Amino acid sequence: MEAFTTYTGRAVPLRRSNVDTDQIIPAVWLKQVSRTGFDKGLFSAWREDPGFVLNQPQYAGAGILVAGPDFGTGSSREHAVWALQQYGFRVVIAPRFGDIFRNNSTKMGLLPVVLTGEQVEDLQTAVEQDPALEITVDLEKREVRYGADTASFDIDDYTRWRLMEGLDDIGLTLRHGEAITEYEQRRQGWLPVTV
Amino acid sequence: MGRTLAEKVYDAHVVRRAEGEPDLLYIDLHLVHEVTSPQAFDGLRMAGRQVRRPDLTIATEDHNVPTTDLLKPIADPVSRTQVETLRKNCSDFGIRLHPMGDDGQGIVHVIGPQLGLTQPGMTVVCGDSHTSTHGAFGALAFGIGTSEVEHVLATQTLPQIKPKTMAVTVDGALPEGVTAKDLILAIIARIGTGGGQGHIVEYRGEAVRALSMEGRMTVCNMSIEAGARAGMIAPDETTFAYLKGRPHAPQGEDWDRAVEYWTSLRTDDDAVFDKEVVIDAAELTPFVTWGTNPGQGLPLGESVPDPASYTDPAARQAAERALEYMGLTAGTPLREIAVDTVFVGSCTNGRIEDLRAVAGVLQGRKVADGVRMLVVPGSMKVKQQAEEEGLDEVISAAGAEWREAGCSMCLAMNPDKLTPGERSASTSNRNFEGRQGPGGRTHLVSPAVAAATAVTGRLAAPADL
Repeated sequence: MEAFTTYTGRAVPLRRSNVDTDQIIPAVWLKQVSRTGFDKGLFSAWREDPGFVLNQPQYAGAGILVAGPDFGTGSSREHAVWALQQYGFRVVIAPRFGDIFRNNSTKMGLLPVVLTGEQVEDLQTAVEQDPALEITVDLEKREVRYGADTASFDIDDYTRWRLMEGLDDIGLTLRHGEAITEYEQRRQGWLPVTV
Repeated sequence: MGRTLAEKVYDAHVVRRAEGEPDLLYIDLHLVHEVTSPQAFDGLRMAGRQVRRPDLTIATEDHNVPTTDLLKPIADPVSRTQVETLRKNCSDFGIRLHPMGDDGQGIVHVIGPQLGLTQPGMTVVCGDSHTSTHGAFGALAFGIGTSEVEHVLATQTLPQIKPKTMAVTVDGALPEGVTAKDLILAIIARIGTGGGQGHIVEYRGEAVRALSMEGRMTVCNMSIEAGARAGMIAPDETTFAYLKGRPHAPQGEDWDRAVEYWTSLRTDDDAVFDKEVVIDAAELTPFVTWGTNPGQGLPLGESVPDPASYTDPAARQAAERALEYMGLTAGTPLREIAVDTVFVGSCTNGRIEDLRAVAGVLQGRKVADGVRMLVVPGSMKVKQQAEEEGLDEVISAAGAEWREAGCSMCLAMNPDKLTPGERSASTSNRNFEGRQGPGGRTHLVSPAVAAATAVTGRLAAPADL
């Protein structure tokens, strides 16, 4: 996983709530067996509309997506995270995220930042007024900064540490192989096996 | 202080707990399908890792499979490659697979319970958000992403931060003609698509206790549509009766020991939930969605809402956008909405009881002219049972198409799709834009409402016939 400490760049305001993962990456793209090539699928149905915000040239190259509440609800497809990252996003800011999407993001190094509805609205407005606005997302200080404004966000210490170090969960868990084996010896004998 | 059902099951699976770190949770059953697993298996290969417990892992083909011509190769080469990749991965890593054509094949959330692999008190995961279905047995079951699929394959555990708990208590009895699907659609409309976020929901109360296992699975299945991590129902005699004698259920003395343990899996009287919602079952009626998220639903007797009636700007904007996408006008009675297609099936409503409800309504009736109706069993076993009961004959005689098992028109990854602008009444779980096919318009309904709608060609309940 790519480590995340601080990102400074421009943002795209996506003024929609309930952006489910079917919109982020429609099902037709899920048939791929590789981890690459999902950038083309990002919001592919919505991008057919020339007026869609990602099609507006002033937002090209932005690394922060600022969306409405309940971003990433629905399907567990991690492809949604891959698509956002491969398109160039490093951060998604929203008032609330779907749990699975948020989890998937932190496994991949895409930073989900929760701000209040009002803070998100203010940021969207600021970006619409000045699409070249530089925004800094500082994971170490847990802050989003732009112009004279600073908004703090919460993230648990462990997830923050793992993101900042770019650590792979599996490697960390395998350090506890003995504890897993001990647990397996305590499991009830009636529990089913699939074979 | 007492503990909730969710806390009891969670605590029993903690492998390791350390200050400032997530808990490491043991996973009793890992369900795998073709869509969310290929990159996980690739990850194992690249790191030179094995599957720790292939004997706690089972795979099926469901999302991509066509529901006709099962014995022919899949025509879409990309779908075919994905299914073939699963076959190779299962073969390489020693995982039991139910491929297309196998009589154990079906939707992943239908076959787990059917085989008796889903049992009370277990932890169950799958790279699929509708894993919450298995919570109907009092299991802690939740959907995960592909990175986590790889993690479970490699370690049989997952790092977890303990979720909060929420009680949804449904007092009283559901009125005649009101089903589990109506109940869960009403719950989602009440608490919203983010209402359960960060929580495990426990469904309780008289109306929940009275549900069959199929009904309980329908309710728990859609927990994710309310944003919840998982949904659970305490196991009871209904649960035990469903499980007894299934291929992987405990037998003999093991059965007795298991039942004794399962009986302890209930929320203590003095346990406290982080959030509580109470619903009066007597007030419920058949429920349908009008918009593009599962929280945008109303009783069938109501009309398409006016976006201006919403005070919250985000909800108003979402309603405006939904009406535009759905091609609906505020104030139109829901019963006047004409549909092109009716879909019965999916992990929400593709079980035997759902098919019986549909056949019960279609008996002696015909699907309206110009309406196509697909009835897709959730598994090959469900199909077989339905055929033994003669349900397929009733369904075919009414003019509906009787298909093979699969996810079918729930998600537009196989040949069963809506065309742009086409409107459906669907027993599936998501009415998202394009979910059933690009440009398709979905109304989520119960199996009984689906069947009545097929007969009239407009959203309808059996009582309207």
